[in-house]
Amino acid sequence: MAGIRLREASIIPGFRLTFGFTLLYLSLIVLIPIVGLYIKTFELDWDRFVRIVTGPRFMAALQLSFGASLFAALFNVVIGVMIAWVLVRYRFYGRRILDAIVDLPFALPTAVAGIALTALYVPAGWFGQLFSPLGITIAYTPVGIWIALVFIGLPFVVRTVQPVLEDFNREVEEAAATLGATRRTTILRVVLPPLIPAILTGFALAFARAVGEYGSVIFIAGNIPRQTEILPLLIVFRLEERDYAAAAAIAAVMLTLSFVILLLINLLQVWSYRRFGHG
Amino acid sequence: MRFLVSAIALAAMTATTSFGLNSAAAQNALVNVSYDPTRELYRDYADYFAKYWKDKTGKAVEITNSHGGSGAQVRSVIDGLPADVVTFPLEGDILAIEQKGLISAGWKDKFPDASSPYTSTIVFLVRKGNPKKIKDWDDLAKRGISVITPNPKTSGGARWNYLAAWAYELDRTGGDQKKAQDFVAAIYKNVPVLDTGARGSTNTFVQNKVGDVLIAWENEALLSLKEFGADYEIIVPSVSILAEVKVAIVDKNVDKKGTRELAKAFLDQLYSPEAQKIFARHFYRPGKPEHVDAADLKAFPNVKLVKIDDVFGGWAKAQPTHFDNGGIFDKIYSKD
Repeated sequence: MAGIRLREASIIPGFRLTFGFTLLYLSLIVLIPIVGLYIKTFELDWDRFVRIVTGPRFMAALQLSFGASLFAALFNVVIGVMIAWVLVRYRFYGRRILDAIVDLPFALPTAVAGIALTALYVPAGWFGQLFSPLGITIAYTPVGIWIALVFIGLPFVVRTVQPVLEDFNREVEEAAATLGATRRTTILRVVLPPLIPAILTGFALAFARAVGEYGSVIFIAGNIPRQTEILPLLIVFRLEERDYAAAAAIAAVMLTLSFVILLLINLLQVWSYRRFGHG
Repeated sequence: MRFLVSAIALAAMTATTSFGLNSAAAQNALVNVSYDPTRELYRDYADYFAKYWKDKTGKAVEITNSHGGSGAQVRSVIDGLPADVVTFPLEGDILAIEQKGLISAGWKDKFPDASSPYTSTIVFLVRKGNPKKIKDWDDLAKRGISVITPNPKTSGGARWNYLAAWAYELDRTGGDQKKAQDFVAAIYKNVPVLDTGARGSTNTFVQNKVGDVLIAWENEALLSLKEFGADYEIIVPSVSILAEVKVAIVDKNVDKKGTRELAKAFLDQLYSPEAQKIFARHFYRPGKPEHVDAADLKAFPNVKLVKIDDVFGGWAKAQPTHFDNGGIFDKIYSKD
């Protein structure tokens, strides 16, 4: 990523054609709508823009959306790596089915997921029943939001870590063991480092998806201003009022923040490639 | 597995909200854009109207009903959904379309009863035996009562709920706006979840068993009672609001498509005895009760109903004052 240079790449033919197509396609599908979003924001004068994106309600929703997404992605890293490990390293009856189940959060319409999770976690629901005697409410609290985000984010981490783990050379572990490394040292210094770039990718994907998630969260969130109101809902409110510029402003701030975070993760990844190499 | 079934049903509803309406814009096709809980109602009415039109003109008519949250539906029409007629729960919805020039001014006078073929009101649904002894609006503001109502920002029905509570306190205090605001704020303090639509709130209360009382459209409450009768009771407050549903022809679209005659007949027939009976069957208060069997009218108790024009100066004033960005509803949540 050292500087952008249009160079005649490699000896493989077709570079111009495929590169041109890539550029055109990305512009049409990704770039132009996003640029449009930013342009729409400029319909607002500066004062109004500042008022929209600094209000206490906006800040509360921002913290909730990014905070819950961060915790959900971190949690998914831990659980996702473990699940990937189990699926790759052990052979057991029903492994293929378990493997397929991981993708369900991708396949399920988010509204179905949201309504089902809510039904499970309300105080009268199957899981909610277990928690309500302890005085813990899950649905309609930030914890409920976190659960929905954990649900939709899980496949990202598993599916990015799994192939790297599959390619991972087992003999290296054995070598570590014969050289006298403890189990803990083997995991921390031999197994984990090459996984880090994949883990970071999984984390970034899960996080980015969670920040923008609406369909599944909206049912379990509670939507009480300054308590359980997520940022995408504020955008929906502005759309309801047909104040498209204000909606675009909120979206633009969200997008910029997400972009900065993804960029940081990418830099971290570049660093980790250099530091640990590839598995 | 009941939750899964309802989950899939609800998601299917969401998914079908905006299905393509690309059937050739023939003069014998009509698109009716409506709000969320009227699916069953307009399905029945479309059957009736198709038959009526066939008898009258000898032509078959193809009616497409589009349903969804009224806010999103209004946006679709403004953004180009080729609606011939709109049937919305709030006058404000149609005013928004009028502002964009799709509907000409004076639409309210084109059909009887200020273009309001049926009405509804706001009542309470409580759990069997009314364990929290909820009798009237003031009980909803008491500590320890959990109230379920949707978000007025996204739900038309929720706006009626809010205004009905406001009207009650105004009535009780002889017109004290400050007290009314505090009263409404106290009720919303008791709300643990603001669903985005009326059906969502019904689902929260009925399926998920959250809350002590659901503030609901009378038709939704009666429907819940019909489906889960043994578990719930309806409580009728001392004062409520007359929720006037409004209908209009989308002038720009019908002129382009040449469907004005059909669209006019579609809305005219809403006032026919048969249509009025259909409304009552679906628990909407018919605008012309004389056409409806007395037995079907029994579902609607007498209640003091205030009109939005009298108490709030009409939708054109109530919407910005209470519900727009920075309005009173936002203020209620901006202090702790």
